[in-house]
Amino acid sequence: LEGDGNLVKVKQEGGLPSQQAAYSQLVSRMEPKPPRLANAVRAFLAGGIVCIVGEGLTDFFERVLNISHKEAGNPAVAGMILIGALLTGMGHFDKLARWAGAGLAVPVTGFANSMVATALEFKQEGLVYGIGGRMFQLAGAVIVFGVVTAFVVGIVYALASGYW
Amino acid sequence: MASKRIGAQTVRFASPPVILGAGVAAGPMEGDGPLGGSFDEVVPDLYLGQQTYEKAERELMKRACHHALAKARIDVKDLNYFLAGDLLNQLITSTFNALPLQTPFLGLYGACSTSMESLGLAAMLCDGGFADKVLVATSSHNATAERQYRYPVEYGSQRRPYAQWTVTAAGAAVVAAAGQGEGPRITHVTTGKVVDLGIKDPFDQGAAMAPAAIDTMLAHFNETGRSADYYDLIVTGDLASFGKEMALEVARRAGLELGDRYEDCGVMIYDRSRQDVHSGGSGCGCSAAVVFGHLLKQVSAGGRVRRLLVVATGALLSPTTFQQGENIPAIAHAVAIEA
Repeated sequence: LEGDGNLVKVKQEGGLPSQQAAYSQLVSRMEPKPPRLANAVRAFLAGGIVCIVGEGLTDFFERVLNISHKEAGNPAVAGMILIGALLTGMGHFDKLARWAGAGLAVPVTGFANSMVATALEFKQEGLVYGIGGRMFQLAGAVIVFGVVTAFVVGIVYALASGYW
Repeated sequence: MASKRIGAQTVRFASPPVILGAGVAAGPMEGDGPLGGSFDEVVPDLYLGQQTYEKAERELMKRACHHALAKARIDVKDLNYFLAGDLLNQLITSTFNALPLQTPFLGLYGACSTSMESLGLAAMLCDGGFADKVLVATSSHNATAERQYRYPVEYGSQRRPYAQWTVTAAGAAVVAAAGQGEGPRITHVTTGKVVDLGIKDPFDQGAAMAPAAIDTMLAHFNETGRSADYYDLIVTGDLASFGKEMALEVARRAGLELGDRYEDCGVMIYDRSRQDVHSGGSGCGCSAAVVFGHLLKQVSAGGRVRRLLVVATGALLSPTTFQQGENIPAIAHAVAIEA
């Protein structure tokens, strides 16, 4: 990049790969860094709030449906998905997530958002190819790797616990 | 060598074509920005009464074209060519708009550099004696571009501080051969070469495009024999805040002092202190809106800007190339506009 006033000439003589490396280094040195600490604090707070709401829902279903705390987990997760989906449909989720980051993306609310946002986006392309075909465009990866991870962990757990 | 060609990349017009009129239709956020007052029309929402965002973008470009034709006081049937481009696959905004115009149409893709690619080509058609009047138009729409290049509109994610916000705006201009009317003159065009300095992050387009902008500027200054201070204002298309910083750094290292006369449309179009756009604006509509809506009005013999150099920048990536891990090539086209 150091040159005699002619970037093009430098590029040809200096060799492209070395110049690319130099420029990439310069960019990563100069680019504004995300506020990692602030993001972590926000994610902690937002994630904590999501968990409190989830726990509240679990307690609610436990009492109302008269089921065990563990069993109440399923309707509670469904409730969180509903909340995430509604917030997405009403156009609030993206604004909240911009502030909360991983605090909203990691819990099941993020999963709901990725599916509903995609379904909304492609609904004009039809029920089958638009919504049906595209809905898992972002969430598909979570499902695939979630299932693979669960499978591996399940096998390890079975071996470790002597369950064979 | 061709008589109007003065260098490897630059042409000088024998009889500089003029910009008869220009029009801009912009979205709500752009209207709320510092230049909102200079656009011909600011639409209240991203749908413009249409069913889909794609149709909305089409409507936006149509309105910009109508404003440009009205201000140039000419009729569609006086046009010899319609040159247009946008960011969407297969240039659907441009092609669908060309249908009702029934004018010879050439679709152009230079990503966000298309505004100056089309303006420069229109001037060449006019000075070459191939056309008297040419309509050029470019557009971008935040929701259609985000869908194609990134995520669904409602998807929640945290953006990097150097990420840019795709501008919702369309700009159009009528270029006429010399003697066909009055307006700012297009005197030189420097066509860019594709530059790749190894940037891979699709959110860091400003940094990917900055070297292309400086590369084209250097070619322009070398081949015209002009220096940067010949111009009252030099603007790049959509490098935004961080890209502008990179451009200044690359220019400094190449021995080019741009100083205070250098600005960037992506920085000008939004107020970053109160609008949540991170580094600034991007998209075909960014340079089109700022140049056709705001800057052209300032180009006059006695005004603040007598000589303007617009260097529109384009990041030539597709979702496929960056998913496959390829670099982001970039290009920049410079057009000199003088009172």
